[in-house]
Amino acid sequence: MIEVNQLTKRYGNITAIQDVTFRVEKGEILGFLGPNGAGKTTTMRILTGFIPATSGTAIVAGYDVFEHPMEVKRRIGYLPEQPPLYFDLTVTEYLKFIGKIKGIPRQKLPAALDRVIEQTGLKEVKGRLLGNLSRGFRQRVGLAQAMIHEPEVLILDEPTVGLDPKQIIEVRQLIKQQAGERTVILSSHILPEVTATCQRIVIIHEGKVVAVDTQERLSAQLRRSDKVGLVVRHASSDLLNKLQAIPGVLHVFQEPVSSSSPIGTSDEQRYLVESQLDHDVREELARCVVSQGCGLLEMKSFAMTLEEVFLRLTTEEQGFQAIDKGEV
Amino acid sequence: MRNLITLIGKELKLYFISPIAYVVGAVFLIIIGFLFYNIVVLFARQSLQFMRLQGMTPQLDIHEAVFRPTFLNMGVVLLLIMPILTMRLFSEEKKMKTTELLMTSPLTITEIVMGKYLAAFLVYSVFLALTFSMPLLIGVYSTIDWGPLGSSYLGLLLLGGAFLAVGLFASSLTENQIIAAVISFGILLCLWILSVAARTVGSESLGGFLNYLSLYEHLDHFIRGLVSTSDLIFYFSFIAFNLFLTHRVVESQRWK
Repeated sequence: MIEVNQLTKRYGNITAIQDVTFRVEKGEILGFLGPNGAGKTTTMRILTGFIPATSGTAIVAGYDVFEHPMEVKRRIGYLPEQPPLYFDLTVTEYLKFIGKIKGIPRQKLPAALDRVIEQTGLKEVKGRLLGNLSRGFRQRVGLAQAMIHEPEVLILDEPTVGLDPKQIIEVRQLIKQQAGERTVILSSHILPEVTATCQRIVIIHEGKVVAVDTQERLSAQLRRSDKVGLVVRHASSDLLNKLQAIPGVLHVFQEPVSSSSPIGTSDEQRYLVESQLDHDVREELARCVVSQGCGLLEMKSFAMTLEEVFLRLTTEEQGFQAIDKGEV
Repeated sequence: MRNLITLIGKELKLYFISPIAYVVGAVFLIIIGFLFYNIVVLFARQSLQFMRLQGMTPQLDIHEAVFRPTFLNMGVVLLLIMPILTMRLFSEEKKMKTTELLMTSPLTITEIVMGKYLAAFLVYSVFLALTFSMPLLIGVYSTIDWGPLGSSYLGLLLLGGAFLAVGLFASSLTENQIIAAVISFGILLCLWILSVAARTVGSESLGGFLNYLSLYEHLDHFIRGLVSTSDLIFYFSFIAFNLFLTHRVVESQRWK
């Protein structure tokens, strides 16, 4: 449903995102996780066609964002970081306007309006001016705005920011209900936020994708291991076993270097070594590779960056303890 | 087309929900009405004097003596109030981050720019239509030459349209409404001063060129009852140029 390929955006000398690549399947909820300033909003803005990318491609709902922006815009609902509201309009007036500019036919507009007001729980405030609404209601109007035309793709930038715990749960449920029917991307800098709603997570840090996986596998890897990537030339057949025999190494995955790699020749081999935490195996790895008569071309540590990212994420949610105790 | 109507409708709603349209309209009509009253009183005195001196009915041209000064003054008043009418249009969207909403909806930038422009133009047309009470009032007591009156109104419509296009452009430059208003004041005043500069410039060709650029010189042609293609083309191209600049500015902001 969404295919992002090597997306890069530079503002002058500053690189906001670099080579961001991921896929989202139809009906899936994807979480976009990263600390503030990691490039989440930039990526989302590119996907919605609001800003153009410096390079790379993005295909949303079967259309290229840069070549057919209109087709894409018809099929997406977007909630920016700050809900885009006209404070002088009432909820109903505002949503009617949105419905019209999103291209809902005149006859279907009243039904769509009723449905979305019902879904987002805006019934009690529908006659009030947007400027007079509380933060929570404004956020819900923002969600209603994104969903009124029943888009195939929903892009939500920090949808639960500024809500109280009860509202957060409601919004999460609303988002979860969209799974299957719609494809959802939502961003957050709060780890539990994403794990509560999303099936798959993209972790982005300093403009780069650090990990793409399901939440269970990500946290499992994180808890257990460090990761080291190796690129080796003239790999001998039993190198894999030798590497696995090094104390502290848990797992070695073997993957050939993709042929598109600029320096890649056919006899290069890529290994991903998982090792126990607090067990630096890099020295041993290098020694082992060299002693096997293979050329060590590259070695880099992955888990460090991933961990670093996780450390910067907010891992706790305030107020949820209260919910758990049933006090709200 | 439906998008355009929706966008115009939204802008009109915002104009009339907030006090802007009412305040600007009221101030405009009060000032114009006051000016007109004074000019008419002056004219009545003059005619009386003429009657005494010559002992016969005066052959004064009411269009020349009443409407021309009123309309020329109206041009100046418009210069002061039009920027207030346009300053909100893009600045407010930027400040409230609603630009993002419009740009991620299936709308073209042309539709967004034209929607705002036409809404402001409609509001202005209503103001201008209300000033038509002045000639109607005179028409009760005197005979009016409707031809030059009609061309005057056409000229005022075009002049106001040109002011609004400048104001829209200024509004697209900044998210601060006051700065938008000041920029459009500045541009409009410069264009007014051009006709003054035209007289002091030595060279005739340069003077003629500066005169051509001045928005007011063209208005006077219309007020005198002269509808020429060159004036029409001037106003239309001036408006189109400003709208084109606005379009470019809005488009370019996506790239920053």
